[in-house]
Amino acid sequence: MSDAAVHHDHHDAHHPSGIMRWLTTTNHKDIGTMYLVFSLMMFFVGGAMAMVIRLELFQPGLQWVDPQFFNSMTTMHALVMIFGAVMPAWTGFANWMIPMMIGAPDMALPRLNNWSFWILPFAFTLLLTTLFLPGGAPAGGWTMYPPLVLQTGAAFPFLIFAVHFMGASSVAGAINIIATVFNLRAPGMTLMKLPLFVWTWIITAFLLIASIPVLAGAVTMLLTDKFFGTAFFSAAGGGDPVMFQHIFWFFGHPEVYILILPAFGIVSAIIPTFARKPLFGYSSMVYASASIAFLSFIVWAHHMFTVGMPLAGELFFMYATILIAVPTGVKVFNWVATMWQSSMTFETPMLFAISFVVLFTIGGFSGLMLGITPVDFQYHDTYFVVAHFHYVLVTGAVFALMAGTYFWLPKWTGHMYDETLGKLHFWLSTISVNVLFFPQHFLGLAGMPRRIPDYAVQFADWNMVSSIGGFVFGLSQLLFLAVIVKCARGGAKASDTVWEGARGLEWTLPSPPPYHSFSTPPAPASIDGGYR
Amino acid sequence: MTDQTQQRATRRLVRRLVVIVVAMFGFGYLLVPLYNVFCEVTGLNGKTGRMGVAQAEKMTPDLSRLVTVEFVTSVNSGFPWNFKPMVSRVEVRPGEQMEVMFEATNRTNEVAIGQAVPSVAPNEAARYFSKTECFCFTEQKLAPGETRQMPVRFIVDPRLPKNIESLTLGYTFFRSTVQVSTSAKPDVVKPES
Repeated sequence: MSDAAVHHDHHDAHHPSGIMRWLTTTNHKDIGTMYLVFSLMMFFVGGAMAMVIRLELFQPGLQWVDPQFFNSMTTMHALVMIFGAVMPAWTGFANWMIPMMIGAPDMALPRLNNWSFWILPFAFTLLLTTLFLPGGAPAGGWTMYPPLVLQTGAAFPFLIFAVHFMGASSVAGAINIIATVFNLRAPGMTLMKLPLFVWTWIITAFLLIASIPVLAGAVTMLLTDKFFGTAFFSAAGGGDPVMFQHIFWFFGHPEVYILILPAFGIVSAIIPTFARKPLFGYSSMVYASASIAFLSFIVWAHHMFTVGMPLAGELFFMYATILIAVPTGVKVFNWVATMWQSSMTFETPMLFAISFVVLFTIGGFSGLMLGITPVDFQYHDTYFVVAHFHYVLVTGAVFALMAGTYFWLPKWTGHMYDETLGKLHFWLSTISVNVLFFPQHFLGLAGMPRRIPDYAVQFADWNMVSSIGGFVFGLSQLLFLAVIVKCARGGAKASDTVWEGARGLEWTLPSPPPYHSFSTPPAPASIDGGYR
Repeated sequence: MTDQTQQRATRRLVRRLVVIVVAMFGFGYLLVPLYNVFCEVTGLNGKTGRMGVAQAEKMTPDLSRLVTVEFVTSVNSGFPWNFKPMVSRVEVRPGEQMEVMFEATNRTNEVAIGQAVPSVAPNEAARYFSKTECFCFTEQKLAPGETRQMPVRFIVDPRLPKNIESLTLGYTFFRSTVQVSTSAKPDVVKPES
């Protein structure tokens, strides 16, 4: 399969033009671009839904939308952001960067690569059309707990099949990435010389192939429960709704590391570059990522402490959860140690990366609080949980995505982006995102439940603050779009290295890189000496 | 690596990865029996055991103490049946069989099929509570307006921890899932303890 990429190096001029180029392409850069553009579109779709949520919560009472639609918005916002924005964005980064980072000509399975992307538009067409179906879009929460989710109207089978498609897409992408890294590394690129982004993605890919099929099984059980008379989750037939939560979170907890591990990789690439120092503790970073991945499979029940568990179970899941703080702490320590006594400069990618380290750590701390069983009984299903996972996913995963975009945009387009606009985007985003999510900690501790369109008046002030932060954060992202469009259209010519401190194989290629990157493998001498 | 060995290596790797994917899909389904076994062994969820009559008769009653067994009943929302225990509590000696009656009435004008699901509280007691006969083993079909008295024979294991002096047996009647699908296939629903 890989010969399509390996042997056709001189056919650059022959690939079809127009829409057919994009439909039939097997080139890792084309597919990477499509993934990134798709995820940016989904980021704005999901963002628009978040705006509806914040608008309704601006004041107590019901003002703008009816409660059913509000519930649809929270459900769809989560599904679109997780499966439509963040996961495809990581696959897009992997497609663009991994072959260039390991000195390969393309991905190992280029045709499968084309398929894994093109399944996505179908999946999201299925999911988003439910907004126009009788009964409305799914509104039972993205976690799809039965028996509530079984009351979804005509949208139900659309939801299930959309999840199947998204899963198939990410599993195919994961298989491709593993095959590429295991088989297409340039001579001399040993495993412990791989850039950390490649390492974290390999671990992510294994998490994907181990956990997504379990989700596929769980939603298939929902489907047969609803339409074919099985009773996996129906007490009447001897099933148990709580069992769904176990199966779902057996997928769900690895999933949260699928969303964040590549972010660790990107930040580990950016901080050494702008600190002009090798990454502190490279091998400990690799081992820490692997331990996080392993632990992610044995902590799922901390999402459901309140369902009623024996004391031994609660203790086990609490200790295992707190244990994750150790490898995560190693990572944060290494990032800080890399910056220690270095000659740093603060270009936009570095600003986002530093912001990531600080804000992700705040999200990690609130995660520790939630992991402590006795206090989780108070925090469960409150806005404290919402604040926690938005700190790790927005200021964590999404900020790392933005850092990575600014970092590699000059490499991708061959033009420098507008640094002034980039910095403006950074400061607006960082300030507004804290105005948006920090007050939600207070709301949660005071007892405001999540997933409700209306609330008691004592929550009014912080909700208004949070909404204002939300609107500013939402609008600031238009700047991000503007920077990308402007940079794609033109600008100062970017050098091959782009950043003074940049190390690694991708920076040895011209900006923009040729259609096929390393038709002949890079010289082994050029492989070492990277900041990794 | 030459192109050919590389391709062969890729194909072998992909085959292995696909096996993992299929296996993990199966593992998702395997979690279902695992979960049930886990709940039965630990008594979590109040899942009660089932015991043959012969086995129950072999138990030696513990004459030194009495255990109170209380009964509660409920009907799942929207299911138009009345359902109540004939006595609200009994005192039993561990190791002795006891029979109690429950009564269900179909309040509607049509035939309805219900399935009762038992649960024992506290959880620790569940694994020491077994039934030798129960209306919950099968589905109950009631004609319009029909009232039926249904027996439960149970036995409390003498090994029940001494600190548990009373336990509660709860039943919830659900509309049978068989009625959801229009083609009546009574075999579909597996009777659960």
